[in-house]
Amino acid sequence: MKPTDTKNPEYFHKVVDCQYACPAHTPVPEYIRLIAAERYTDAYMVNWQSNVFPGILGRTCDRPCEPACRRVRVEEQPVAICRLKRVAADNKDDITDRLPEIPKTKNGKRVALIGAGPASLTVARGLAPLGYSIDIYDNQFAGGGMMRSQIPSFRLPIEVLDEEVNYILNMGVNATFDVQVESLKEILDKEYDAVFVGTGAPRGKGLNLPGLEDAMPNVYLGIDWLSSVAFEHTTSIGKRVLVLGGGNTAMDCCRTSRRMGGEDVRVVVRSPFEEMKASPWEKEDAASEGIPIYNNHVPKEFVVEDGKLKGMHFEKVEAHYDEEGKRTLVPTGEDLVFMEADDVLMAIGQENAFPWIERDLGIEFDKWEMPVVDEVTFQSTNEKVFFGGDSAFGPENIITAVAHGHQAAVSIDLFCRGEDVHNRPPPHVTLSSQKMGVHEWSYDNAVANDLRYAVPHAPLAKTLKNRKIEVELGFDVETGYKEAERCLNCDVQTVFDELRCIECDACVDICPTDCITFTTNGAEEDLRKRLEAPANNLAQDLYISADLPTMRVMVKDENVCLHCGLCAERCPTTAWDMQKFLYNVSKAGE
Amino acid sequence: MSYQLPKFRHPELPVNDLGYTRADYEGAISTLCAGCGHDSISGAIVRACHELSIEPHKIAKLSGIGCSSKAPTYFLGNSHGFNSVHGRMPSVVTGAALANRDLLYMGVSGDGDTASIGMGQFTHVARRNLNMVYIVMNNGCYGLTKGQDSATADRGSASKKGDPNIYSAIDLCGTALQMGATFVARSFSGDKEQLVPLIKAAISHRGFALIDIVSPCVTFNNNTKSTKSYEFVREHAEATGTIDFVPMHSEITTEYQPGHAHEVTMHDGSSIRLYKMDESLNPFDRRSAVNVLEEHRYSGNILTGLIYMNLDSRDLHEVLETSQRPLNSLDESDLCPGNKMLLNINASLR
Repeated sequence: MKPTDTKNPEYFHKVVDCQYACPAHTPVPEYIRLIAAERYTDAYMVNWQSNVFPGILGRTCDRPCEPACRRVRVEEQPVAICRLKRVAADNKDDITDRLPEIPKTKNGKRVALIGAGPASLTVARGLAPLGYSIDIYDNQFAGGGMMRSQIPSFRLPIEVLDEEVNYILNMGVNATFDVQVESLKEILDKEYDAVFVGTGAPRGKGLNLPGLEDAMPNVYLGIDWLSSVAFEHTTSIGKRVLVLGGGNTAMDCCRTSRRMGGEDVRVVVRSPFEEMKASPWEKEDAASEGIPIYNNHVPKEFVVEDGKLKGMHFEKVEAHYDEEGKRTLVPTGEDLVFMEADDVLMAIGQENAFPWIERDLGIEFDKWEMPVVDEVTFQSTNEKVFFGGDSAFGPENIITAVAHGHQAAVSIDLFCRGEDVHNRPPPHVTLSSQKMGVHEWSYDNAVANDLRYAVPHAPLAKTLKNRKIEVELGFDVETGYKEAERCLNCDVQTVFDELRCIECDACVDICPTDCITFTTNGAEEDLRKRLEAPANNLAQDLYISADLPTMRVMVKDENVCLHCGLCAERCPTTAWDMQKFLYNVSKAGE
Repeated sequence: MSYQLPKFRHPELPVNDLGYTRADYEGAISTLCAGCGHDSISGAIVRACHELSIEPHKIAKLSGIGCSSKAPTYFLGNSHGFNSVHGRMPSVVTGAALANRDLLYMGVSGDGDTASIGMGQFTHVARRNLNMVYIVMNNGCYGLTKGQDSATADRGSASKKGDPNIYSAIDLCGTALQMGATFVARSFSGDKEQLVPLIKAAISHRGFALIDIVSPCVTFNNNTKSTKSYEFVREHAEATGTIDFVPMHSEITTEYQPGHAHEVTMHDGSSIRLYKMDESLNPFDRRSAVNVLEEHRYSGNILTGLIYMNLDSRDLHEVLETSQRPLNSLDESDLCPGNKMLLNINASLR
């Protein structure tokens, strides 16, 4: 194999598994260290720069970082990254003086943002400090988009939402609420320099089953029902509620139902339990509120008697998989299962809808009626119109919308300055030694053995009575510290200098996870078989040095390196050094 | 400074016949200087004992005084250990081995502990052919007292201080051969591929097995004019051959060219296979071993690998015809068989 090019920032970026997995590439270990140092405001700002909504995401993020956490490769549970983010948000001081200054003199460019959800707000956060005049249009009474209409208050208190939304709306942004944009042409006619569409995936999918017509008064689309609850148009639900669907919206529907008068609330899902789309922790939370999940039940019909919904019939199925792993649900042949219901919530998915975008504006739509959007620049085929968030490529999550927003802001800025939108700014990268003395590091290199700490919950009796009482209480400062210490500091990189190495094997002998081998070079497949310990995780790279004096090379399997620094501590010639790698995605104007 | 190893280990570490991973044979985190050759030897011992599936509680590691003699703390943390008096490790092993012949005795010593203060003990334990592995972590200097030249420092070799050594060096392998040791090998801490099979063979050998391991002292004796530096040893080591250790009951799978390899069955049923490189050496002939050792010393090279092995070795227990059962398991009725037995013995002498 060729020697690893550590000058390419993507090599070490990939080693920081959590940051690499985060769509917005938040420097996770950096802010976790700041939390451990009780520098909550600094930790918050590291987050804010990357993901704009630390308090919101610290409660609601889909956490792609956590399954990626290196800790799951050496023990069972990842660091509670998401909940540590909340610790930073909960304990920070006033940050208003740290927010970017908004120039009084504008740069003369006007940008319209349609929708005031996470994607649009991120675009505003990127462009307002650069002097752009920004108009936001949204059909709700306040900003936040789906974070306001679809995430229940018991998961995200309204004050937290308002605070972080307002940081952006207070950047001199001109927001028009309670207005439904019915025509993109009308917006374009106002001669904006650029338009960003961040309208989400607002249309809930329904099931057209026999009996639906008669049952209609008691059947709701999940996301519409959730927003109706959020906006206090709906204040109660029947005692017996069936929630159809297995995603996070279904979990929000069932838990909200429990707080709106539902006593016998059940989730019914077609797929096996393990394959449900809902995050595992959301399923756990539903279970802890006494909500059973019936899996492998396919809804067949609504049962209506005397013009009133009585319940539903379900067909029991089994999942079968072909050789390629493709699933089919095969009926077991048992009798249909009847479940009583006063109300039914359908949370089986949502989709994009652009009835308000005229098809003659130069914006190309594909066969699924989705706009054709560049995956890097977020520009549509009309060079002035950009898409982001769920409206770009379909339903995802908040953090993905934020990542889209950052990139769209970069593109809009480039576009408005007449530059090529494909000419992306490189990331900001620093690599600095953490050596403080012969055996001293400026990061806490000892590896904590603690198991993941559980976030305490408010008592069920209290939270089920009021949908606005937050269920999770968050870590207190002490537990937050202990959880922060579980972080392995994967951004503190093991950097090898072959010119200094005397091949004494000290690093090989000390490495607790047998990551390092000195051997003759070879092809990757062959090398992976010849290392000190099995190197079977092909998703993790091998770090290869140039040839050493004995014509061998140093091979380090990045897979389970604990970043404990022992290789560098035991190295007599500082051929190994621990260097902090900071990687920040460039934002608009940088 | 880190004072303990992280708990986590590679999740796919291979397990041996006992179900243990390599980690089960590790010791405390080393406090020796970073880069010390002794740590690599510790690593090689860990690996050899793991791969041989030796129950950790069946091993006793004993040492004298010195950097080398601190090292047993850093391996085999679940085994018996005895850090004895300077140069007196062989006596303590002798006592222990006579009391309990069932343990594997691993003596760990240094060049000071062996070739200076312990020279008398070393020569006698060799000539008695006590069943033990005697590992010398040989760095040619007294590292624990700031690096003075030791008795194994080559004449003319200079440590960090810079003055060439004016005395002639003691060759521990040569001395052991002279004293009648039945297994003599030399190796280098920086060459685990050679060292691990040698340790395994020494463990399987019944009798006194010396491995003299050049182990650079990074702090005091790893400079350009030293003959015990990493660089010098790498450039001047000449292996007698390579050796494969084949554990008992293992199927022999590797092919080899006839005439180039020699297979030897050990006392415990395992075997070693020697791939000869040095045509002039017959490692089963003591005179050949002495000659080749002398030739290499004359040419300024370091002969490594298996130098001599006596296939007919009879260890101290066999020579003394001691009880097959360890002394520590004999109870009063075994030791005092009674008046009738005494009368029989007396009668046989009349």
